[in-house]
Amino acid sequence: MHAVHSSPHTPPQNSVSRMMLAVLFALIPGILVYIFFFGWGVVVNITLAVVAAIVCEALMLGMRHRPIKPYLLDGSAVVTAMLFALALPTLTPWWLIVAGIAFAIVIAKHLYGGLGYNPFNPAMVGYATLLIAFPKEMTAWLPAGIHEVTFIDNLRYTFLNALPEGMTYDSLTMATPLDTVKTELAQDRTMGEIPVRYSGLFGGVAGRGWEWVNLMFMLGGLILIYMKVINWRIPLAVVLGLFVIATMFAIPDPDLRPSPWFHMFGGAAMLGAFFIATDPVTAAATPRGQLIYGFGIGIIIYIIRTWGGYPDGVAFAVLIMNMAVPTLDYYTRPRVFGQEKK
Amino acid sequence: MKHKLWHFHGGLHLDGHKHMSMTEHVLPVALPAQITLPLQQHIGAPAEPVVAVGDHVLKGQVIAKASDYVSAPVHASTSGEVIAIEERPVPHPSGLPSECIVIETDGKDQWKEIKPVANYQDMDPSALRNVIRDAGIVGLGGAGFPTFIKLNPGPDNIVETLILNGAECEPYITCDAMLMQEHPRRIIDGLLVMKHALRAKHCIVAIEDNKKVAHTMLVNALHEHESEFIDIVQIPTLYPTGGEKQLVRVLTGKEIPSNGLPIDIGVVCHNVATAAAVCETIEAGKPLISRNLTMTGEAIETPCNLEVLFGTSFAHLLDTCGWHAEQTDEVLMGGPMMGFGISSLDAPVIKTTNCILARPKNQPHRQPAMPCIRCGQCADVCPARLLPQQLYWYSHAKDFDKVQDYNLFDCIECGCCAYVCPSHIPLVQYYRFAKTEIWAMERDKIKADHARERHEFHQYRMERKQQEDEERKRMKKELLKKTQGKEETGTDAKQAAIDAAMARVKAKRDDQEQQKKNVDNLSEKQQQALSEVEKRRQRLREAESNNEDSN
Repeated sequence: MHAVHSSPHTPPQNSVSRMMLAVLFALIPGILVYIFFFGWGVVVNITLAVVAAIVCEALMLGMRHRPIKPYLLDGSAVVTAMLFALALPTLTPWWLIVAGIAFAIVIAKHLYGGLGYNPFNPAMVGYATLLIAFPKEMTAWLPAGIHEVTFIDNLRYTFLNALPEGMTYDSLTMATPLDTVKTELAQDRTMGEIPVRYSGLFGGVAGRGWEWVNLMFMLGGLILIYMKVINWRIPLAVVLGLFVIATMFAIPDPDLRPSPWFHMFGGAAMLGAFFIATDPVTAAATPRGQLIYGFGIGIIIYIIRTWGGYPDGVAFAVLIMNMAVPTLDYYTRPRVFGQEKK
Repeated sequence: MKHKLWHFHGGLHLDGHKHMSMTEHVLPVALPAQITLPLQQHIGAPAEPVVAVGDHVLKGQVIAKASDYVSAPVHASTSGEVIAIEERPVPHPSGLPSECIVIETDGKDQWKEIKPVANYQDMDPSALRNVIRDAGIVGLGGAGFPTFIKLNPGPDNIVETLILNGAECEPYITCDAMLMQEHPRRIIDGLLVMKHALRAKHCIVAIEDNKKVAHTMLVNALHEHESEFIDIVQIPTLYPTGGEKQLVRVLTGKEIPSNGLPIDIGVVCHNVATAAAVCETIEAGKPLISRNLTMTGEAIETPCNLEVLFGTSFAHLLDTCGWHAEQTDEVLMGGPMMGFGISSLDAPVIKTTNCILARPKNQPHRQPAMPCIRCGQCADVCPARLLPQQLYWYSHAKDFDKVQDYNLFDCIECGCCAYVCPSHIPLVQYYRFAKTEIWAMERDKIKADHARERHEFHQYRMERKQQEDEERKRMKKELLKKTQGKEETGTDAKQAAIDAAMARVKAKRDDQEQQKKNVDNLSEKQQQALSEVEKRRQRLREAESNNEDSN
């Protein structure tokens, strides 16, 4: 009659699905502002990605003979889908989303052993694959604040590849602020000139709209820290890394290098720092390892943005540092209680 | 005076559930019809029975004597007749029965003649330790390590600080709090006895700051003594601050070395209840035959603290307090964080039973575990600053070298990691599994070494015998040839026989010499292997004695 279990005999305080739900919850302010500035495409992307992710996850769980319900309800596939969708440009055809998600869930996650065993951040693997394989389709960004494109227009584009009447691809889309700065700097224009030439593209400290989206993702991230779903080390280190290297280059050369604020509140910086780099499965686990891991991501983001072939570098920075995680964890083990200081 | 306090890494703020069982007094329990006293109620060798079935025993009489240095005698907790000495259910994590002395009580509860120890201050510490040893006193905080050993600092050690642990950081348990409230003087007096035995310079009584009344009562009791070398210190309520390593850290800022003992840094820890038991032995001459324990949990009708004779069955106590058997699926001994489930309610209360806990059924923690997502929350709360997810990973993979690399044996099994784990992995279970596997491997290795040595020696002996036989045959043949071929004088033949005998003796001696060398001149590799084994054994021994925290 008396079942015997190992201690502790306490009800669970936490669960994987609670953590994932908290992440989804914390994304809300950022997503709302994102929709406000970039339109309904965000919603279409997210919805399609989530549906595709759930289907892929269920299929893979079935093929791997894993219980489907508990693993689907853990919410990890949905979080992957959300992060992936938030990285996509506003106008994305459906097959691109499905291909990216399939790559993320099937290859980057389940072929490595499923939840907890994947060495690389699945969302970023999916995104980076698309970036490499379909570079043109991955640049279809609407400029912030133009709302002529309706929800129906977005749906038509995504599923039928049809642009709104009377509009061309080039009239509709526009390079992102990060992209613009990069190309213009390469043509020997200065940081003073660029915002004048592209007045609608820039806001207070960074790209128009982008700075608010970043601020809101930062806010959501701070909520996660407060809820103890993520800890402060990785986001702080990412932001600090980005800030330090950007400042180092901006101070001697303010005309040729964008300000640290431009980097910190531009592109996917805050989403990366608080939501992507903090994916526990693929991040460093020791306290010092997390600081190095985050700092490395910050530095690599800057390097790719400044000298690399892509306007933003969050995905590659995270994937590169993912590779370093086992080594980081091994060499940064904390001193155990009662062990002598080395 | 405000005592300076330090922090330890991690820990948890747990809901104490302490108010449930905090009643006005500790209540007595009706004498049960039968008393079952296990021979092993402590860490160390089980006691040896000195009574036989049919003997009549008096309360306080020794019924089993300590069988080794690390051992403790068992005393009859009431008067009656010994009706059996056999295996009975005992409270143990393994659920296995163990040897017990069963007494049918006669209802008279008649004491043997006892007398107090006069003027312990004039006694030699070693004589004092013997008194405490004979009284069967072991650590009452939960580990049950014989107290007299921990009152012996050894010839080269100076005890700077004697700590009395009244933290009682486990949720639900209140027996120490009640003891401090009801008998603060006993605790202080016991502390003074311990101080004398240890020749300690300074004493601290540590109490978690959620036990204000206990603190006040102890401070008042201390005023009567006017001893300036005792500090009563309130420490922040944070599980597992009552763990020996954590408590020493909080009070002194020092860390007990890994694989070391508190005495290595000049500290000795005892539980407050142990101090009270020492006081009873010195003041009244009473051996350890009963203790305070907490009956609590949502499935207990009237949670309370009871003074219970050792050997009283769990069932008797549950009936005393009333309980809803149908509401619970697990009765625990100890608290929810470190206690273990009881396999039979016939199991008796023993010296280390501080709490009987009956919690409601259907706790949702029986959900299947999810994969580890490496969130690191376990590492954030680990008071030993370990990396629990790595330990889990390697325990799971049965990579026992790696798991020791990650300092498995510094784990105190407090359960903080499993408590916060979002994947509901029974982490502590994995660590216990790895520890027992490693211990078993060590034992097997020692056995295998013995077997190999035996085998090698056997082979060597056989070879030697063969050689000797051949040699003897050869000698005989030669001798035969000589005597047959030349037919010389008898004296030569005699001489040859003598020579042959001498040669045999010499050969034998050489062989013995060689055998000695076999053991002495080991290759460097062998030597290394040997010393490694020795080292590991040493560590194991230390780790074992280290585990007896005074929580």
